[in-house]
Amino acid sequence: MTDSALGTRHIPTQGSEPELVQLLTPEGQRVEHPTYSLQISDDELRGLYRDLVLVRRVDAEATALQRQGELGIWASLLGQEAAQVGSGRAMAEDDYAFPTYREHGVAWCRGIDPLNLLGLFRGVNHGGWDPDEKNFHLYTIVIGAQTLHATGYAMGMQKDGAESAVIAYFGDGATSQGDVNEAFIYASVFNAPVVFFCQNNQWAISEPIEKQTRIPLYQRAMGFGFPGVRVDGNDVLAVLAVTRAALQKAREGSGPTLIEAYTYRMGAHTTSDDPTRYRLTHELESWKLKDPIERVKAYLVRTGKADQAYFDALEREADGLAAHVRRGCLEMPDPDPLSIFDHVYAERHPLLEEEREQFAAYLETFDAVDAHDAGDR
Amino acid sequence: MATVTLAKAVTMGLRAAMEADPKVLVMGEDVGKLGGVFRVTDGLQKDFGEDRVIDTPLAESGIIGTAIGLALRGYRPVCEIQFDGFVYPAFDQIVSQLAKMRARALGKVSLPVVVRIPVGGGIGAVEHHSESNEAYFAHTAGLRVVACSNPVDAYFMTQQAIASDDPVILYEPKRRYWEKADLDESLTLEQAAPLHSARVLRSGTDATVIAYGPMVKTAMEAATAAAEEGKELEVIDLRSLSPLDTGTLEASARKTGRVVVVHEAPGFLGMGSELAARITETCFFSLEAPVLRVTGFDTPYPPSRLEEEYLPDLDRLLDAVDRSLAY
Repeated sequence: MTDSALGTRHIPTQGSEPELVQLLTPEGQRVEHPTYSLQISDDELRGLYRDLVLVRRVDAEATALQRQGELGIWASLLGQEAAQVGSGRAMAEDDYAFPTYREHGVAWCRGIDPLNLLGLFRGVNHGGWDPDEKNFHLYTIVIGAQTLHATGYAMGMQKDGAESAVIAYFGDGATSQGDVNEAFIYASVFNAPVVFFCQNNQWAISEPIEKQTRIPLYQRAMGFGFPGVRVDGNDVLAVLAVTRAALQKAREGSGPTLIEAYTYRMGAHTTSDDPTRYRLTHELESWKLKDPIERVKAYLVRTGKADQAYFDALEREADGLAAHVRRGCLEMPDPDPLSIFDHVYAERHPLLEEEREQFAAYLETFDAVDAHDAGDR
Repeated sequence: MATVTLAKAVTMGLRAAMEADPKVLVMGEDVGKLGGVFRVTDGLQKDFGEDRVIDTPLAESGIIGTAIGLALRGYRPVCEIQFDGFVYPAFDQIVSQLAKMRARALGKVSLPVVVRIPVGGGIGAVEHHSESNEAYFAHTAGLRVVACSNPVDAYFMTQQAIASDDPVILYEPKRRYWEKADLDESLTLEQAAPLHSARVLRSGTDATVIAYGPMVKTAMEAATAAAEEGKELEVIDLRSLSPLDTGTLEASARKTGRVVVVHEAPGFLGMGSELAARITETCFFSLEAPVLRVTGFDTPYPPSRLEEEYLPDLDRLLDAVDRSLAY
């Protein structure tokens, strides 16, 4: 028996380049991969580029809004646009996504208005969009918890005989969570149609990937009994191809796949974080050379698939979207205080009814004072 | 009419719910071929198949987490947690996800998930198999928490919990699994008492004893003993721990003026604390004595050779009644 038959794999030593699926180099050169091919029209290519640009623009606007005090916090996706757009666009309409709190690019691909995302970060709600409308679940903040929901949902699809699949998003830090490991086990044992999409952005707040794992993350899948693949997470074409294949495999009843999208969190963990305390500038500089958007632009320009008029029009569209996000955020009303009691239960709950009534009566005493004061003026 | 044990009554309740609604699933560790360690799911997998009665991997967070996903897909999972002390690995999924997801979604999703937990001590078990952890869940907004004490309630409350569009924690008193009662299966759910109602089991005038789950039997025995001494105790089976049927409780407190709460769980911040506070707030001028609590001690559950000392019994309950009457 050979080493490979025994499942022995080469484990890259620290510092070596990871093996990953790539279809578009950082310099914008189209390359082929023996396993993953992609036929894509010029329109589709320009569409992906548009997604990348618009998603980054929304992100920049949200960061600015936070700095101006309009959002409590923002979790930037800067640097991860290709991982999110590539995987988001790989989904079919009936597929279902379970995001973390950073999947703004996936939300965009599913047709969620970015203002819905801002509501959470502004503090007017905890999410609140209808998950079933776009098959995009609410943001989950507890790290990794959603991977089990995704797996359960996929088990349900399987029971329904549906030809669809679920994609579960999480990060490199989440792979240390019990829930993620349990999700791998449940998905494997029940052969659930779920794709585990891990964006390894190298950092879990301040902790580098070495604090989470001693082996490349995609290799973990082998131990759970399903395939794992590492893809260049900054290559939207490769992510699209790899995710499409994994989703199709899941829909056909061949079970889960772990995709490790190898990428980089170019910004802070959130607007409350200060990465200068734990990482060096040169690391960021080296990843800037692998920017997910620049390489597509270089390819479009070099091959003549897009001209200056296209880029100008896209910039105007991005400006318009940013204005929509800004205006919508500023106009977002604070919720009614009594809405605290809404939606906690589906059925009547006497304690909440009592508390609501008492709180309403209490609030009315202020109305009475206000009316009195107004009468004085 | 059939004479059934409490465990069998839960089985019958599960079976009725599964027959009524093909979306109802049963899932947990050993619930399939074995029929559960207490045999509560006995025969269900044989009749409903592995697709609806699911032997899960040995991971409680996974049971609840995947149940949430199944519920989002339109199923009504009934999860079995094998023993009370094994629910903690699923605590985050229950408290942070199951309980809160509906509010997070502004009501756009419902999670009709039932979590069945065999609860309490008295069976001579090793550590982690005798706990009473209801206060954690009763404290959590978004959950409903109920406790059955007898076979008839077990049969109906199981079905009512499954029919609820909210997540329900259903506590089954494990040392009463083998208690028997006559069950009339021809009664419908509509004829049963509402899920969140308390029940006055025995009417009395001298003091009220509030109990739930395994302690209901103890409370009834205490009332019998007290009657022999000429004291008439009113016994209330709380049944619903969250929300509370405050109307029934307050009416009894106003009538007798003396209330003793009994439960196996530790006293500090237990159900008795909330009941005492509530009754004091609303019935202050009707009370002749402070609301007293008879509970497990604020220690870890002891080794089984000491559990008879730890668990409230008839004598400790009557001692508290005497103290209440002495005011």
